[in-house]
Amino acid sequence: MKKFAVVAAMATAFLGSTAYAAELEVTHWWTSAGEAAAIAEFAKVFEEETGNTWVDSALAGSGTGANPVIISRIIGGNPMGATQMNTGRDAEELIQAGLMRDLTDIVADLDIDSFYVDQELLEPCRYEGGLYCLPINIHSWDWLWLSTAAYEKIGQPVPTNWNEYVASWPALEEAGILPFALGTGWPINGIPGVLMAGIGGTDLVMQVNRDKNADAVRGPEFRKVAEAMDMLRSVVSPETMVPSFGDAGNQLLSGDAAGNIHGDWLQGDLQIAGGVPGEDYECLPALGLGTQLTGGGDSFYFPVLPEGTDPAVIEAQEQLARILISPEAQLKFNLVKGSMPIRTDIDLSGANACMTKALALLDNGLLPSGDFSLSSDTQKQLEDLNLEFIADDNISVDDYVERYATIIDQAD
Amino acid sequence: MADIATQSDQVAGDSSRPGPFRRLFLHNLSAKIAAIPMVATVLIIFVGCTIWTVYYSFTNSRLLPRNDFVGFDQYERLFATSRWNVSITNLLLYGSMSLVLTLTLGFLLAVLMDQKVRFESAFRTIMLYPFALSFIVTGLVWQWIMNPTLGLQGTMRGLGWAGFTFDWISNPRMVLFALLIAGLWQGVGFCMILMLAGLRGVDEEIWKAARVDGIPTWRTYISVVLPMMRGVLVTAVVIIGSGIVRLYDLVVALTNGGPGISSEVPAKYVYDYMFGGGNIGQGLAASTMMLLTVLIIMVPWAYLEFGGKGRRS
Repeated sequence: MKKFAVVAAMATAFLGSTAYAAELEVTHWWTSAGEAAAIAEFAKVFEEETGNTWVDSALAGSGTGANPVIISRIIGGNPMGATQMNTGRDAEELIQAGLMRDLTDIVADLDIDSFYVDQELLEPCRYEGGLYCLPINIHSWDWLWLSTAAYEKIGQPVPTNWNEYVASWPALEEAGILPFALGTGWPINGIPGVLMAGIGGTDLVMQVNRDKNADAVRGPEFRKVAEAMDMLRSVVSPETMVPSFGDAGNQLLSGDAAGNIHGDWLQGDLQIAGGVPGEDYECLPALGLGTQLTGGGDSFYFPVLPEGTDPAVIEAQEQLARILISPEAQLKFNLVKGSMPIRTDIDLSGANACMTKALALLDNGLLPSGDFSLSSDTQKQLEDLNLEFIADDNISVDDYVERYATIIDQAD
Repeated sequence: MADIATQSDQVAGDSSRPGPFRRLFLHNLSAKIAAIPMVATVLIIFVGCTIWTVYYSFTNSRLLPRNDFVGFDQYERLFATSRWNVSITNLLLYGSMSLVLTLTLGFLLAVLMDQKVRFESAFRTIMLYPFALSFIVTGLVWQWIMNPTLGLQGTMRGLGWAGFTFDWISNPRMVLFALLIAGLWQGVGFCMILMLAGLRGVDEEIWKAARVDGIPTWRTYISVVLPMMRGVLVTAVVIIGSGIVRLYDLVVALTNGGPGISSEVPAKYVYDYMFGGGNIGQGLAASTMMLLTVLIIMVPWAYLEFGGKGRRS
């Protein structure tokens, strides 16, 4: 490690005199306005501190569209320098197959155990004693976003929890306001998990996601969740869906729609669009009902590069790994992204009202999200089921519960 | 294949010709050497990969192939999945409508084009132009046109026709027809060109004879010209058919399978589970079923066309 420090010091010292800098290709799927601004913060710090070039390869389509491209590039022998993926099991087999770089030695002197906010986060990165990824933020799906403008129009106070929100739907519909905004495609995926944590509670999440207990799905607690999905279905229709989650955020700001369940990264977009929490929109963590958030997030992976790669690029990987979890980069990135930093030791006085609420809940510990405990195969099956259920009124709540249970039963 | 077998049987029986070995390997040697790369490609890429696909569809391979056999488990799960069943139904409906309509419209347009119209080449260019666009572009263009708020419906309502409705793309019952419109717009021109080439290949003497016999023009087209265009028809069916089975990019660009799962197709299922779900076994089981479907249609037809009595020799 000393050697590394010397090399790094020399690299910094000679920065001015050497014309050569490594180019490191970084893939990610942060393409919405808020997300792109956040990843630019990482790029800025990386380029300033190392003099290397950050080659930005943004991929469209989020986890469903971009993930396959990233995975097939790594399997196909054309790895990128570094890549973002969701913290969880998506890269599990890539790690097992030895396609990812072991980061243990690179971060050994940083003593990461001491500052990571929750050791659970590092769990998916560990395999046979090695450390194969670095979680860089904590994201949570568990947010109900409400439009202040919409509630002003109908002359009601902004709801403080899910039940009040549901009760306000008839008045909203009467005023021609869309009760629930929804982007097409994947944004529906996270909603059952949010309802499960908020309405069903901690025990239900643990039983379904961690223990994969199909009987819990068939039980009365999950039924409430399914019924909530059924209610959502009654106010959502294909004609009213907008192309992306960012558009749903704009509907909230303009007051065309009253509410939306979406992850905290929506906040990055709301801020870019000029929204102020508490004034233009309200945020209710865990639907205003629960006390714990389900936590997922993003991690950075560093694929093993093929033999003959320029050593400067391999070194750039190491530099980036250390920078991503450094206090400076963590603070800049997460304030823009709207996510919670993975470090406990940084000053978050710059955090806005919503983030402060989240940080308070973070002290109660994180619930494992679907990303953590379910394989991508199982997640995909649940995603198909949810898409079908929302669009097709012929599927009864009973069918939904039964099919959900079957998938959980076969889950691995 | 059966054709070659019959031929070599005949040759083996003829003692004045070289033996089967020499006939198989040495006759026309340079041509055979020249064909080796193609034969190797077919054997390794097509046959080899097909065998690989079927083999691993019986394993529980996830992100990476594994030799852990699970029998027909992947197939059982496949047919218990409503998305797969919807995909198959969609493909059958879309496929039959697309095949019939492309051929009919293509033939009709070709006949119209064959009436020695002025500016024929200009019309031909216009009709063939959509074919120069990829399915992704086609899908995006039609997505905008058919979008209820931004496209045709919105424009007509904006012009004052408040009752105008064209929301097929967001209507689960009509979304297949939305796909069909885009697919036909893209594919009919090419079919027309093929048919036109076929029509031009029919000898002028045939037309004169038909006219002498006083046969009406429409009757000549259907009973005389169409059967003579058999080769072109077969080519068109094969090209359109293969396009239907691998239907993927149009769906992704136009509807992405939605609303809900109402416009899903098998090829998309394969891709989504193989890469998105990281489940190779399931994806390969689905692609094996696609292969099987094609074989069920192709084998009897190929047997009738090329097999039997070796008609071509």
